[in-house]
Amino acid sequence: MPDSEVLHAEHRLEYPYSRSVGPVIGAFLTGLREGQLFGAMGSDGTVIVPPTEYDPQTAEDIGELVEVGPGGVVESWAWVPAPRPKQPLDRPFAWALIRLDGAGTSMLHVVDSGGPDRLTTGDRVVVRFRPPDVRIGSMADIECFVPEVRDGAEVREGLR
Amino acid sequence: MSSPENPPSGSAPRRRPVRPVSIASFAQARNVRQDDHHNEVEMLMPVIAEAFGSISITKDDVDFICSGSTDYLIGGPFSFVMALDAVGVWPPRAESHVEMDAAWALYEAWVLLQEGAADAALVYGFGRSSLGDLNEILALQLDPYYLAPLWPDPVSLAALQARALIDAGRATEADFAAIAARSRKDALSNPNAQVAKDVVASTLMEEAYVVSPLRRHALPPITDGAAAIVLAAGEKAHQWSDDPVWITGFDHRIETHSLGARDLTVSPSTSTAAARAGLFEAPVDVAEIHAPYAHQELIVKEALALGDSVVINPSGGALAANPIMSAGLIRVGEAAARIASGEAHRAVAHATSGPCLQQNLVCVMEGA
Repeated sequence: MPDSEVLHAEHRLEYPYSRSVGPVIGAFLTGLREGQLFGAMGSDGTVIVPPTEYDPQTAEDIGELVEVGPGGVVESWAWVPAPRPKQPLDRPFAWALIRLDGAGTSMLHVVDSGGPDRLTTGDRVVVRFRPPDVRIGSMADIECFVPEVRDGAEVREGLR
Repeated sequence: MSSPENPPSGSAPRRRPVRPVSIASFAQARNVRQDDHHNEVEMLMPVIAEAFGSISITKDDVDFICSGSTDYLIGGPFSFVMALDAVGVWPPRAESHVEMDAAWALYEAWVLLQEGAADAALVYGFGRSSLGDLNEILALQLDPYYLAPLWPDPVSLAALQARALIDAGRATEADFAAIAARSRKDALSNPNAQVAKDVVASTLMEEAYVVSPLRRHALPPITDGAAAIVLAAGEKAHQWSDDPVWITGFDHRIETHSLGARDLTVSPSTSTAAARAGLFEAPVDVAEIHAPYAHQELIVKEALALGDSVVINPSGGALAANPIMSAGLIRVGEAAARIASGEAHRAVAHATSGPCLQQNLVCVMEGA
């Protein structure tokens, strides 16, 4: 059968669920709306960021929430030369696993470093929130992370 | 977590006796980038017909049916029910389904056979990746609060893992290219492979990054495909084969879905599953590893403590064809085929699910 005889029709699948996020994830997302980052104390004292309602290694209940960041260290990164439409930035960027100051785990977000030659594992980055009036309590309230600047220069403490 | 240098053989778990279950037959569709001309049922029918026909049985000879597929591809809930038309379930049959690679459906069926609740089972997996944008669809399988809102695609998440492996000094980008070159060359002898070619690693290294540090060759192809396995125990195992291929151990383990709480350079869930499946009790000749991204083969190889004499992915592996929801099941079938042909006496198959090797399954098989 030639291709021209095959019916092609668009079918748009959506999962329009709304979820209640609960006391821990809800507190984290509310913190984002307020421009703050929180982690949860795990059973061995590790601060888990972003926080889960249970310790991801032991499954025990987590303890109190503690503020972390706003800076952190890049633990791994991947450079995206051609961003996809729904991704956080419309210009080339890096996905990064970022260990925020005070945290014992890392969090996925993006780094706007300007180029793959301007980012290395171990580099320091700092959070950049969206303006307060557009924040809704979502991971997208963080616009991106950017290289930390100290005394007018980027803090490049990475593997290089 | 176990360190990669020390697979957890020191603390070998006590294993329960295993009821012998054989891989009685295995069939798969020819893997293609896009099959516009067949729906899921039409894609499965010849595969299931071959799985039954090659051992001269019918659907009436199996007690249980279990499948692996995902509604996210087709875009409709309970879409696996429709696929049962490929079997023809009348009168009504005992049936189950996992929203996972069918390697986990095989595990479910194996457990039922362990319990003696069935003596034979049909397991199949199917998926048409071409129906949508796989990069977006797979972003939806992630944590809906912390990950999915950012739309990280599977290539990007794998690239974070590959970078961590490079930073740890455990691999180079040239290692990834060497794995890709070997896999696609081996695939030349696999008639069902989608990507099979003889290109040297140094040529592959000239490709541009898709997401650095991964170049196109280190990524799996996007594949439409299906596969089926018939399991048999007791008399049926011997009736359906002169030299059954036996499953001697089977286990699967999962790690936290918090990506940043894991050491992405190791696979402790694979090591635990391997230990509990008895892998470390004797050497294997062949390993079929479900490593969609080239660097993941290195991580799994280490977790399975495979020596350099073990033949890895003679089929070409997932780099040659990665049919979603059946690529893991195919690893079991390919490993069993090496034993059936006499090329191997003992073999291990591995399947993975979730981002960056989050969940892993290990199936150990032996010839008579």
